[in-house]
Amino acid sequence: MDGRLNAGTGATAARPNPGGRSLHRFANPGRFLRATGRLMPILWAAALLVLGVGLVWGLVLSPADWQQGETVRIMYVHVPMAWLAMGGYTGLAVLSVMSLIWRHPLADLTARELSPVGAAVTALCLATGSLWGKPMWGTWWVWDARLTSVLVLFFLWLGHASLVRSFDDPERGARAGAILALVGFVNVPIVKFSVDWWNTLHQPASVTRLNAPGMHVDILYPLLVCALGFTLLFAAVVLARTRAAVMERRVRALQLARARREEGAAA
Amino acid sequence: MSAFLALLGREIRLALRHPADTLAAVLFFVLVCALFPFGVGPAPETLARLAPGALFAAALLAALLPLDRLFGADAEDGTLDQLLLSGLPRSGIAAAKALGHWITTGLPLLAATPVTAALLNLPTDAWGAALAALALATALLSLLGTVGAALTLGARRGSVLLPLLVLPLAIPAVIFGAAAIEAAAAGLSPSPFLLLLGAGVSLALPLAPFAAGAALTAE
Repeated sequence: MDGRLNAGTGATAARPNPGGRSLHRFANPGRFLRATGRLMPILWAAALLVLGVGLVWGLVLSPADWQQGETVRIMYVHVPMAWLAMGGYTGLAVLSVMSLIWRHPLADLTARELSPVGAAVTALCLATGSLWGKPMWGTWWVWDARLTSVLVLFFLWLGHASLVRSFDDPERGARAGAILALVGFVNVPIVKFSVDWWNTLHQPASVTRLNAPGMHVDILYPLLVCALGFTLLFAAVVLARTRAAVMERRVRALQLARARREEGAAA
Repeated sequence: MSAFLALLGREIRLALRHPADTLAAVLFFVLVCALFPFGVGPAPETLARLAPGALFAAALLAALLPLDRLFGADAEDGTLDQLLLSGLPRSGIAAAKALGHWITTGLPLLAATPVTAALLNLPTDAWGAALAALALATALLSLLGTVGAALTLGARRGSVLLPLLVLPLAIPAVIFGAAAIEAAAAGLSPSPFLLLLGAGVSLALPLAPFAAGAALTAE
């Protein structure tokens, strides 16, 4: 812990700009790897523990709905996935702003590693919603405003994931991806408010209401625990992917350096 | 402003001297619309029911065709670098490209709309609404497509990626545009949907050239 704090103050001395200090502290890949290396085991343990508690509570112990029966338990996966799909895209937009304004290299890498996970989460949200829709609405899919806007969100995640990977120059890809993420961000408020603007099949928000949540605490508490668990798991997966990407980059740089040395020795 | 007009004039002159690109987009539009009667059967009521959506899907796909060459040809022969050095703001370059795309692709598609509307047996009462909705929707697609073209410039498989990026964002244009035509065909006022489409164009008009210009910087 002391080492990291010392390293932080070292960065302060080297870089007089106080505004960029906190952001650029982790721009050094080595420091990022050391700091997250200590964080990762805690994060994995917390994610699995909270998720285990939440899933057992939600899927086994919590009461079935008087109207929907056991199918209400799909909610404990569906709703956290929907929140993560939107929250993750908001995170992607924040990373894109950091990348465009401060040219933060780790923001680029994190955004690149975030989008496949975000696409997976959105796909799970759509799939669980479809599984829930069949017994409740009698159909796998309707062209409801909420469903359509989440489908667009899924395409935006996929578009970002493939755009950042389709340039030979990774910086060009990161910049294009950041701009696309910001353009696509117009969709997030549409997803959020689609249930209020268009009165179609998907129910309106029942947890984040101004007065009181529209569900009983027996269902609400396990849902919140599940949401926290999935969020921790999401963060752990994204951080692990980013760490792997940093290390991949380092391996590549070392390989190139060795190839250059050998070439120099041969000549 | 004069640089903007010069660039716009160049786009139009290029399109006039190579009319094959524009013609290809228009022919694609007509052919796709002509495929629907074979797919769903030639019953006039079925076709009229299908016409708004089919018109929109075909027009947007046709307008996408020339987009992957929007910046590509200029980037290959160095014109784009000259443009970026010309003193015209990058967003100005993007705005001229978007307007040029609308004039050279959107307007010809509008000119072909009566033909396709007749092929799909759209009631003549709805033709005015169809023209207005398509004018706004193609303008929106030109703006969004310029962003997509700037983003995918220099990408591997850029021409495959471009529709994947642009079409999800164009879904609102299809929803409101087709709704405007359906309202007019049913004898209702199409103006609420046209106003929503106009709001979309007004939103994209300042933002899209800005985003496309920012993507051009990366060259």
